[in-house]
Parts: sequence; C-alpha cells; structure tokens
Amino acid sequence: MKLKDLFDLFRGPGRSTGSAARAKERLQVILAVERPLTRGQPDFLPLLQREILEVIRKYVPIDERRIKIEVEREADMSLLAVSIELPHATLSRAL
Amino acid sequence: MSQVIVVTSGKGGVGKTTSAAAIGAGLALKGKKTCVIDFDVGLRNLDLVMGVERRVVFDFINVINDGIRLHQALIKDKRIEGLYILPTSQTRDKDALTREGVERVIEELKQDFDYVICDSPAGIEKGAFMALYFADEAIVVTNPEVSSVRDADRILGILNSKSRRAERGEPPMKQHLLLTRYDLERVARGEMLKLEDVVEILAIPVLGVIPEDDAVLQCSNNGMPVVLEPKSIAAQAYMDAVRRLLGETVELRFTTPPKKSFVNWLLRRSA
Repeated sequence: MKLKDLFDLFRGPGRSTGSAARAKERLQVILAVERPLTRGQPDFLPLLQREILEVIRKYVPIDERRIKIEVEREADMSLLAVSIELPHATLSRAL
Repeated sequence: MSQVIVVTSGKGGVGKTTSAAAIGAGLALKGKKTCVIDFDVGLRNLDLVMGVERRVVFDFINVINDGIRLHQALIKDKRIEGLYILPTSQTRDKDALTREGVERVIEELKQDFDYVICDSPAGIEKGAFMALYFADEAIVVTNPEVSSVRDADRILGILNSKSRRAERGEPPMKQHLLLTRYDLERVARGEMLKLEDVVEILAIPVLGVIPEDDAVLQCSNNGMPVVLEPKSIAAQAYMDAVRRLLGETVELRFTTPPKKSFVNWLLRRSA
C-alpha cells in the first residue's frame, strides 16, 4: 500500500474529488442554452408570417423585401415584432 | 377512470421496458387491471422481458391494420391476475402506426382496463411520438448520467408541446421522474449525479429511485417482471413507485448505501 492509499483510507467521503459536480454543472449550462430552442419553440412563426402577409395582401400590395419579423426572447417575456412597409400611394388613398 | 401512462426517456437503454414491465405488473398486483403496450415496432422486446415471447400470435400492428380483434392479440399473464400484454410487430416498421389506429386501440382498452401503460421506443420519432400522444401521465425514466438527463429534458419539452393534451389546450400531462440504475456507492463517492441534482435540473416530482440491483438482469434473463422477486431491493423500490402512482405517500428508500461493518468499510476503502 502506498502512502497516498493510506492517506485516502482516512479521508472522509465528503472530500472525495468525484466528477458528479462537474456533470451537474455541464448539464445546467447546456440545458440553459437548449431549452429556449426546444421548449415552447416558436415553430408556428413561419406559418404566422405567411398568414399575416396573406391577410394584408388581400387589401394592399406589399413588397416581400420590405417585411421584417423579429423575435426577442428575454427571461420572462418574448416580443414578436412584425414590421411591414406599405407603398406611399396605398396609405394616402386609405386616408 | 382509466389512465393512460407513457413510459418514455428519449435515450435508449435506460430501463424503459424493464420499468414498464415492473410498473405494469406492480399495478396488477395492486388489483388494477393493466395492459402494457409495446410501441417499439420492429424491435419488440416487451414480450421477452415479460416472458410471453412464445405466446405471440397477433400483435398491435395486426389490430391497427389487418382487422384482427384486440382480444385476439392481447396476451394474459399466467402469473399475475389482471395483467395483459399487447406485443408489437417484429417485422413491420413504425409507419404501420397510424394516429387513428393507435387512438382506436387505446380507446377500446380504456373501456376494459384501469391502466394502459405505453412502453415507448427510444428516440423522438414516430413510435415515441405515438406512445406519448394519447397519454394522461408520463413516467420519464432517467439514469444518473449526463446524456440520459439531457434527453429526458428534451422529452419533457415534447410532452408539453406535442401531446394531444397540449394540442387541445387541456391540463398538462402529469409527469413523474423514475431514476433507475442508481448506484448508491458511486453516488456516495461523488462520482455519479445524485437524486437531488437530477430533480433540480429536470424539476419534476420523483416517482421512484431504483437502485442498481443484480435482480433486474436475473429477472429479465428469466422473462419475469422484477416485482415477482419481492425480496430484491429493485422490486421493493418499484412497488414503492407503484404505490406513489396510486396516490399513496411513501417515503423514498434505497437512496443511501446500507451501513456496513467496519471491516467491510476498511476493505472497500483500500480496494
């Protein structure tokens, strides 16, 4: 028996250098990254975008390149912003 | 009222089928008429683990697609009163599972059984999806190991978003954690995630902790649910889980290593 083994023999289990703590820490980090993508995932967004555009297109011509859809995710809320630029002529006619 | 429970995990090899067999058998031992369905189409194993592999004539897929009646495919366990097995097909693939077909079989089983246990395949594809879609409750089987916990977390997300209850906006599925292959010695040495760590990460209530036990392998070798070896610690832990499932309050056992003699301790430390 080596001296180190003798030393280990009298060490309490609390001081063991197990890898479980590292496992827990790694899991917590990766899940914090993955959860926003896998839980409550906004896979309805493409469909929502298409339907909103179809509704608007029924009334006014819109340029696909003048559309911006953004989602901002924060700890306690998410913000969905849809911005559609309408041609000037359309608006003045409506008013 | 009849309850449909899915036994699922995401990751393979964590003990889904063993647990579905043990919990199904345990419910039947408690006087609840129970049917366990194998959803792992093409890789059937529930029949083997429950020791009825030589009695399979028709299966779940035949009932869905080939006009075979449910009672022709159900296998009655000869050891436990009120326990039935619905095996799956070994030759077809998961595309043979249709949502309408699965729904029809589950609805018919609910007429006659107290509990319908759906043994899910690993993964998150069609078989696993079908197994969880109609469930009222989920037992998420996890080992104290990183990949298994990560996959369990993924499955929890799917249960909350892709089940029929979620789609219909009904009250969410009740979810239970079943931690299996829990090695008490390695947990004590800090080498394995402990129950508290897994609970903190997954944040669902604990149904049971099944300690690592040789009896599990021996029972599967012999084709019997482990609860039929009632002296084993795994059987006792599974029966505790069954009682919790039935609403009883049962304190957790087998989560710390048994006390050993000083000589044992000394031998173990110097090993």
